[in-house]
Amino acid sequence: MHSQQILSKEKVSRRGFMGRGTTATLSVAGLSVLSGGAFSMASRKGAKEDPAADAGLINTALSLEHEGIAAYQIAAESGFLDDAVLQVGILFQSHHKGHRDELIKSVRELGGIPVEAKSIGEYATALGADQLKSQADILQLAIGLELGAANAYLGVIPSLNDQEYGHLFARLAADEAMHWTALKGAVGEALPQNALYFG
Amino acid sequence: MILTILCAAALAGAAAEDRQQIAVMQETPAIEGDAGRGEALYQRRCGACHSIDQNRVGPMHRNTYGSKAGSVENFAYSKALDELDVVWNEASLDAWLQNPSAMAPGTRMGFRLTDEQERADIIAYLRTVSEQGEAETN
Ligand code: HEC
Repeated sequence: MHSQQILSKEKVSRRGFMGRGTTATLSVAGLSVLSGGAFSMASRKGAKEDPAADAGLINTALSLEHEGIAAYQIAAESGFLDDAVLQVGILFQSHHKGHRDELIKSVRELGGIPVEAKSIGEYATALGADQLKSQADILQLAIGLELGAANAYLGVIPSLNDQEYGHLFARLAADEAMHWTALKGAVGEALPQNALYFG
Repeated sequence: MILTILCAAALAGAAAEDRQQIAVMQETPAIEGDAGRGEALYQRRCGACHSIDQNRVGPMHRNTYGSKAGSVENFAYSKALDELDVVWNEASLDAWLQNPSAMAPGTRMGFRLTDEQERADIIAYLRTVSEQGEAETN
């Protein structure tokens, strides 16, 4: 089994995913020239390698933050939350709005167009809001979304070309981990036994 | 004009290489996945962006296994994924989850899953939520 695993790793590197980097960059650069320069390539120094790709990944994170803001809005309007929980929810939503604004700024820096939020109704359907019948249900949804968001940010960092955005994503992940930890405390659930839980 | 031709040539070259890439991606990873573990992992690792039955930040995953990349209706894919000529199976999903941008440069999914066992578990789970995956099992 062990030697098989090693073998399969070798196969993976022989497939040469790393080696494709140059062609990959060229074709994306080619695309944006062909499409009339949707992204201005020289707009940011550090991201000169592939600004359009970074802008796309940051836009995906922005979609995530739009959904997070909507989720807290749906929770706040549900009528299920105690006042204390509601106050925490409003604080966390304001953090997500701060994230959104920072991500919008970053997409613009890269010459991209920030994605817009969808309607609250669309988010409610996508999140299965009709299944939420109590404060406990809402807290469990929030715990899942915050954990997912922390992990999502951490998992995207290696794909970003410009490490300045990598740093931003790490800071965003830390905020999500802060929310997750506070919410776990609120429902009285234990913290993980193992180190390196996120990522 | 010359620039456009050059770019088109570069694109054609990349497309040829993509086909080569797909040909070598038929190998199935050697490691066994556990769909039960995969379901919990899916929530933690993919759940910020994906659900099985709803398009969210990313497309829904019902029937992804066994279908062609970029084929969920009403999901606005990037050009990169729209044009990716791959059918999702163990090998292609394993390659995708290791580094989506390497497989489809310009994709909007940048999330990488480095742990081989976690990839196998999640892929095993995706198989159970697909008609083709179920049919292969039965
Ligand atoms: C940060 C958000 C995010 C995370 C986290 C994420 N994805 Fe994605 N995923 C996307 C987006 C956005 C797309 C569409 C990409 C495009 O159009 O370029 C996508 C596309 C896909 C596709 C192609 C689907 C199709 O219809 O062809 C698969 C398969 C996939 N993701 C699997 C996963 C799995 C499995 C995980 C967890 C291990 C995961 N993704 C984590 C955002 C994410």
